[in-house]
Amino acid sequence: MSEIKNWKEMKDVGKPKKWQDVPMGGIAYGASAENVETGQWRSIRPVWNEEDCISCMLCWVQCPDRSITVDENGKVTGIDYFYCKGCGICAQVCPKKAIEMRPEADFA
Amino acid sequence: MPRKEITSGNWAFAEAMRQIDPDVVAAYPITPSTDIIMKFAEFVADGKVETNFVTVESEHSAITACVTASAAGARVMTASSANGVALMHEIFPIAGCFRTPIVFGLVNRSVGAPINIHCDHSDSMAQRDYGWIHLYCEDAQEAYDSAIMAVRLSENDDILTPVFVCQDGFITSHGFEPVEYMDDDTVKTFVGERQAVNALLDVDNPVSYGSFAMSEYYFEIKRQQIEAHKKALELYEGIAREFESISGRYYPMIDCYRTEDAEHVIVVMSSASGAVKDVVDEMRDKGHKVGCLRIRMFRPFPVKAVAAALKGKKAVAVLDRCLSIGGTAPLVAEIRSALYGAGETIPVNSCIYGLGGRDFFPQYAEDIFMDLINGINTPEERYIGLLE
Ligand code: SF4
Ligand code: SF4
Repeated sequence: MSEIKNWKEMKDVGKPKKWQDVPMGGIAYGASAENVETGQWRSIRPVWNEEDCISCMLCWVQCPDRSITVDENGKVTGIDYFYCKGCGICAQVCPKKAIEMRPEADFA
Repeated sequence: MPRKEITSGNWAFAEAMRQIDPDVVAAYPITPSTDIIMKFAEFVADGKVETNFVTVESEHSAITACVTASAAGARVMTASSANGVALMHEIFPIAGCFRTPIVFGLVNRSVGAPINIHCDHSDSMAQRDYGWIHLYCEDAQEAYDSAIMAVRLSENDDILTPVFVCQDGFITSHGFEPVEYMDDDTVKTFVGERQAVNALLDVDNPVSYGSFAMSEYYFEIKRQQIEAHKKALELYEGIAREFESISGRYYPMIDCYRTEDAEHVIVVMSSASGAVKDVVDEMRDKGHKVGCLRIRMFRPFPVKAVAAALKGKKAVAVLDRCLSIGGTAPLVAEIRSALYGAGETIPVNSCIYGLGGRDFFPQYAEDIFMDLINGINTPEERYIGLLE
């Protein structure tokens, strides 16, 4: 049985040193995907072309990683590469072909 | 006031479900457990329970819904059998690891092929290593009582482990016999409200389930599950005694029937123990010192209690209603292991019986006892009632 039963207790413990310290069932207390850089997984990069974009929001709806950035007026402003893992869905769904998928090597 | 009814194991289990009134039941029917869910669906339709009854497209989905509802903080029950249980296989270790309490009415049926609807223990035994508590019931009364006890066992803060309440398909599930039901209030007071820890719906204390645990911590999380089973062994007695105080019925982890001064003992599980106990009485009348040890709790396995009950016997025979093809059948493997660990080297005969619903007659038990008495003991597996 884990001796750690809630996230408040977890904060004080830090990295578990014995089996009793690991959260029960591998549960993550207070966890969120907010700080997880899924962008590290990317091998191809979507490149957004502002001129062709009509802000139809299809890419925004379909993006699995909340990577399409939008301003307060509902205009697409670009792609957040911290999260974007390069799945290519946005390029597939774009009716204006405003997103091009290019190898990461091009940007090295 | 308690009331008596002539009913079946399935209906008795469903009646326990009505009285428990779980928050969520997600189920997909399969023979011979269908009756449990059919009866419970009637309770839902008649407004006798407040349960959120989720009908799904497969057993895999049923158990998945159960695990997630339990993680959300709900009290959860379901039922299944045989290949339905097999289809749930992938999710059982997740329920065990997530420490999601679930009370599961498992109506034992042989796993196909060949397709066969009748009883053996191949369905539940295939799930023995995945961190669920296993209780095996002798009759309908025990199935009813165990469903209620299992809620407390499963949801105990130091245990938090799902429970299989097993009964023999058709023999117990469809056989009609008298069952004493407690009144609704007594049951409701005994089970109380679930006080969930780490509930997904507790938005003030957010948690994520299903996170990655690689080589650094996987082992440690498994070690915690072992600890939960150790706690279940420790805490079971208290729950069983509290249940006795409301029902007058006491169910120890192992049921020792005239074993104390016995020289020869048959070890068995579930409904066949009724026949064995009858034979014990008959043979005692003829002067043979025989007894029956029924294993009710198979996981966690009560090693110490079993070794103590069999210590000093001349020889024992273990009846498995299940095979481990190419290896040692599950119950006899546990018994031999428990005895070896206690330094006992008495002969242990391994007898396979009842596969696919093959009847177990009292004569078989008598023959098995006579072999023990006559010293016909061999390590090879024996097949009881096989055409040979
Ligand atoms: S490539 Fe995939 S993850 Fe990246 S912005 Fe497009 S849809 Fe989102
Ligand atoms: S789908 Fe294409 S056109 Fe529509 S908002 Fe996205 S980039 Fe712009």
